[in-house]
Amino acid sequence: MIETNPLFILLVGIFVGGAAGFIGSFMVLKRMALVGDAFTHVALPGMAIALLLQLDPMTGAFAALTLAALGIWYLEETSRIYPEALVGIFFATALAIGILITPETELLETLFGSIEKINLLEGFLTIILAVLVSASGYLISKKLVLGILSEELATSVGISRKKINLIYLLLVAVTVTIGIRFVGTLLMGALVIIPAASAKNISTSLGSYYRLSILFGIASAAVGVGIAATYGILSGPAVVLTSTSLFLVTFVIKKLVGRV
Amino acid sequence: MLKVSHLSVGFERHIVLEDISFEVQPGETLAVIGPNGAGKTVLFRTLLGLHPYQGKIEWQPGVKIGYVPQRFSLTPDLPLTVREFLQLKSRNPREIEEELTGVGFEKGFLKHPLGVLSTGQQQRVLIAWALLGKPNLLLFDEPTSGVDPAGDETIYHLLHKLQTQRGLTIILISHELQIVFQHATKVLCLNKTTMCYGPPRQALDTTTLAKLFRVETKHHQGEHRD
Repeated sequence: MIETNPLFILLVGIFVGGAAGFIGSFMVLKRMALVGDAFTHVALPGMAIALLLQLDPMTGAFAALTLAALGIWYLEETSRIYPEALVGIFFATALAIGILITPETELLETLFGSIEKINLLEGFLTIILAVLVSASGYLISKKLVLGILSEELATSVGISRKKINLIYLLLVAVTVTIGIRFVGTLLMGALVIIPAASAKNISTSLGSYYRLSILFGIASAAVGVGIAATYGILSGPAVVLTSTSLFLVTFVIKKLVGRV
Repeated sequence: MLKVSHLSVGFERHIVLEDISFEVQPGETLAVIGPNGAGKTVLFRTLLGLHPYQGKIEWQPGVKIGYVPQRFSLTPDLPLTVREFLQLKSRNPREIEEELTGVGFEKGFLKHPLGVLSTGQQQRVLIAWALLGKPNLLLFDEPTSGVDPAGDETIYHLLHKLQTQRGLTIILISHELQIVFQHATKVLCLNKTTMCYGPPRQALDTTTLAKLFRVETKHHQGEHRD
């Protein structure tokens, strides 16, 4: 097998990190950080089933994530009180089943990512999807934010919050799928949530919030992949710990500057 | 402008509104009053199309609604400026500036984060938001608390000014009888069903009010729905 150029992998990582940061920014605004995090766990049983059926694991991940997105959407739109405990139980169960049925040789990689396995075609596909997801996110961003602020306000200007939410959750499913190679199913949620949470610490406007979410996502992926390659450690933990460091820095800044 | 006949709304088996009928003519101000949990906000949400209902809601063609909600849940750390909030509805920077100054703010106010404003300030921003796109009907859900009485007075003064300037029709949920007598051309007393309807001085006699308030004390032990 021809080894993929490390710089190309870094480039793919930058696109994945940016898309995850941007798409994640809405998840944090929706105050669904925990759900968004746990949500990514369902990718594991999806990948396991795909492996058993000798299909591409990414297809399995995407199918499972899409189903989970539809489930979250349904709960969000039909229940008056968000059944958080139920969602938590469901995703933990998915993870447990996934761990049981994933072939042991593949388990570590699926859980924590395996960038060295990314080939050229997959890399290009990932970049294209990252750009498409971000562009779609940008197109629905105003409607999405309005729906988050107030369902009534959104409806009064003819926006269907239901529809926008569904589109958004499907975009999350795509984002998570393309990120799994980098950080794995267990930690992908962190790459969606942490850059946005860090950006929120030091932003007072939506514009700077989006820009910093993207920037922190990119920085986490780039620095993390770099560290992983240099020290020969798993990429997932490296990327996530980089983003955690950024969070700590912004948190300290927030405390020092005080509430704006 | 709007004609509602025999409107009923229920959630599961619980009836929130029953057999409500009223009419709003262009330029009128209809005040909706009633105790907590009487279904006032549900009535607004139904008019906006957020709840399934029985009965008829007929809008005159060309009606454009501006909606001012009672509150929205903003945390102080929400990264959203007043300008960005108004941009969610309008792309026209001139219009945004005009509406903001129209509700009594300086242009410089646009760069403030929305979450740190006082309830009264947020309410005026919400009015500016509702006025973007030049609506001809304003649905105004008055906040129950958090706005000082002096602030209240200015809000109604502002609404009245806007109404005369633009010929707006207004439907407002109010908790202040004084405001209703001063500003409303018609009043609808609501407690699940219509308790009174008509011009305030005719509709709001002491018996009706006593009934409405007695029901309110009873109601407080029951459900809260809004």
